[in-house]
Amino acid sequence: MLKEIRPAILVLVLLTAITGLAYPLAMTAIAGVIFPKQAQGSLIEKDGTVIGSALIGQEFKEDKYFHGRPSATVAPDPNDSSKTVPAPYNAANSGGSNLGPTSKALNDRVKEDVEKLKAENPSAGVPVDLVTTSASGLDPDITPDAALFQVPRVAKARSMAEDAVRELVTQNTQGRLAGVIGEPRVNVLALNLALDAAKAK
Amino acid sequence: MTVIGWIQIILFCAIVIALVKPLGWYMTRVFNGERTFLSPVLRPLERGIYRVGGVDERREQHWLTYTVAMLLFHVGGFALIYGLMRLQAVLPFNPAGETAVAEDLSFNTAISFITNTNWQNYGGESTLSYLVQMLGLTHQNFLSAATGIALAMALIRGFTRSSMRTVGNFWVDVTRCTLYVLLPICIVYALFLVWQGMPQTLGAYVDATTLEGGKQTIALGPVASQVAIKMLGTNGGGFFNANAAHPFENPTALSNLVQMISIFALGAAMTNVFGRMVGNERQGWAIFAVMGILFVAGVTVTYWAEANGTSALQALGLTGGNMEGKEVRFGIVASSLFAVVTTAASCGAVNAMHDSFTALGGMIPLINMQLGEVIIGGVGAGLYGMLLFVVLAIFVAGLMVGRTPEYVGKKIEAREVKMAMLAILVLPLMYLGWTAVGVVLPSAVASMANAGPHGFTEVLYAYTSGTGNNGSAFAGLTGNTLFYNLTLAMAMFVGRFFMIVPAMAIAGSLVEKKSIPASAGTFPTTGGLFVGLVIGVILIIGGLTFFPALALGPIVEHLAMNANTLF
Repeated sequence: MLKEIRPAILVLVLLTAITGLAYPLAMTAIAGVIFPKQAQGSLIEKDGTVIGSALIGQEFKEDKYFHGRPSATVAPDPNDSSKTVPAPYNAANSGGSNLGPTSKALNDRVKEDVEKLKAENPSAGVPVDLVTTSASGLDPDITPDAALFQVPRVAKARSMAEDAVRELVTQNTQGRLAGVIGEPRVNVLALNLALDAAKAK
Repeated sequence: MTVIGWIQIILFCAIVIALVKPLGWYMTRVFNGERTFLSPVLRPLERGIYRVGGVDERREQHWLTYTVAMLLFHVGGFALIYGLMRLQAVLPFNPAGETAVAEDLSFNTAISFITNTNWQNYGGESTLSYLVQMLGLTHQNFLSAATGIALAMALIRGFTRSSMRTVGNFWVDVTRCTLYVLLPICIVYALFLVWQGMPQTLGAYVDATTLEGGKQTIALGPVASQVAIKMLGTNGGGFFNANAAHPFENPTALSNLVQMISIFALGAAMTNVFGRMVGNERQGWAIFAVMGILFVAGVTVTYWAEANGTSALQALGLTGGNMEGKEVRFGIVASSLFAVVTTAASCGAVNAMHDSFTALGGMIPLINMQLGEVIIGGVGAGLYGMLLFVVLAIFVAGLMVGRTPEYVGKKIEAREVKMAMLAILVLPLMYLGWTAVGVVLPSAVASMANAGPHGFTEVLYAYTSGTGNNGSAFAGLTGNTLFYNLTLAMAMFVGRFFMIVPAMAIAGSLVEKKSIPASAGTFPTTGGLFVGLVIGVILIIGGLTFFPALALGPIVEHLAMNANTLF
């Protein structure tokens, strides 16, 4: 059995070099040539500075922008590194709330958010995705219902006609792939960029 | 539940079924040492590895030598990962400047990856350098998967060979699996994932200035190359903390569908490899049917529970199901399906937070793991796990008719049944035993994120996932403590190797027996009666073992939820 020690070391080293170095480095090189944009993280630039990634949600609080979903991501507390503080849409530390179905903390949070949204738009039912945190805390999308729900607020803040804003929502709604796979959704950053572009026109 | 939701589930099942035969055909050729269309490119590389490693590819090993070789291989893998994590601060490919990982977390992670568990007490983007992700984790994703398949091949040879002493050569099986099966698929697969939007770069994290003027640091890395093998090898350890829920680790509904398929692809095909090797593909399909029936039952319950949502959400007038901890692009159906797939196989990747699932929706993943992950299961591990249950089912059938049971031409006798029982009973010993400790020890109790029965389920889930080498989590539990790092490592180690060694002992015992032709008295193992019997044995053994624990966790939580009790 002692003679198995040599392959245990050498086969391991060789297979590690192939799968742990050659393979990822080759993929990096090839992907960088064929799909350079995606390989770098689908970054969006505006006037020479990176404003985010098309795939990563970011925090919106102002009335004139559509808001994404609540985010449960955290960051280390600057005063005490053993603790964390809320840091919505922290793209360097993804994660969800992990609160369970019978959690009082979850129930209180959702209730508070529902009341806020009801005050904002009493005419429509509150879409569930606007009051629940996503799994990654970086969800770039909301449902079409959640976008339409915010139309009156955004239109008022921008002094635009609601129909014009609604039209932008429709244009930025992505359906299911081949009509079957996935869920209809609106990319919040793309929609807000379209809003800013419409204003500039 | 919606019609379009069920269409997505059926589409998934149809693609997996369609892949069973072609993949099974190809893998059988690879492990029989036959020529494949990739041989002209890979054969010289394969020979080179044997030459340097001092492996004589024609010399086969006794089951004990095979097992020792496997264990030595893992000792090396452990040392490599542990060393890389401890030294990452001074090694290259570390643009984010990550510092050395603590001893207990490095220990836990190294055990986690050599056992194909990939439990995440580390938080990818905030803990590990690119070098550790590639050289440490990506490589072990390949090798622990290849090991699982190699061991299944050894057990299959135990059934197919007559009066022999050897079960194959571990080095040849691992090398061929890595080069001919895993690597080629991953190359194509990784490029597909980049096309869908997954980063693959060695560049540093990017600082963005958001539309509202805030600052956002966006973590990047060589993601696609790792995710491809993470799924295909049922490893499941995420590049990012949020795993396959992170938009970079699962950008679209299409990438999500393909990821789910790749979790099942090789494990499902192994049933066909088994059928082909024993000379009757229907033997493989019968096992596949057992898996399929249990799988569809699980999907139905979880999808139903998540689509219904929680009574707290309903009371606030919110419809659309339980979206807490789920992503919009996947919605209820793809999140529910993924959760069942990842725990039926021993993958453990997640595209939604299982901790936030409804009580019953989250119970199915738990049950899947407690049944030993035999519903498709981990690559290789699922098949040898299922064959242990088959041995028991055949034994039970033999008792009923009063003759020595046999399966695909081999008599199943006391030694095989004892070993199968040992492998099956050691699992609950780990996850029930450690859960009992975890819920009374004050320092362990402090790790729970949720109060009430849900907190209990978090602990039970952690040890079940560790023992089952799954790696998914009720992630609210703070696992990165000395207690959990060490005890979970032990659960993972025992769950992997105390299953493997008895399975190899069975292989060694079977391979020495003569094959006997089927006779009129042989219990047919390709029909509905056999399928029903195996399902019955799995559910009875499983149910008797863990039902009391489930009653304390998800079941009581479900009742509390319906009574509008909050904790």
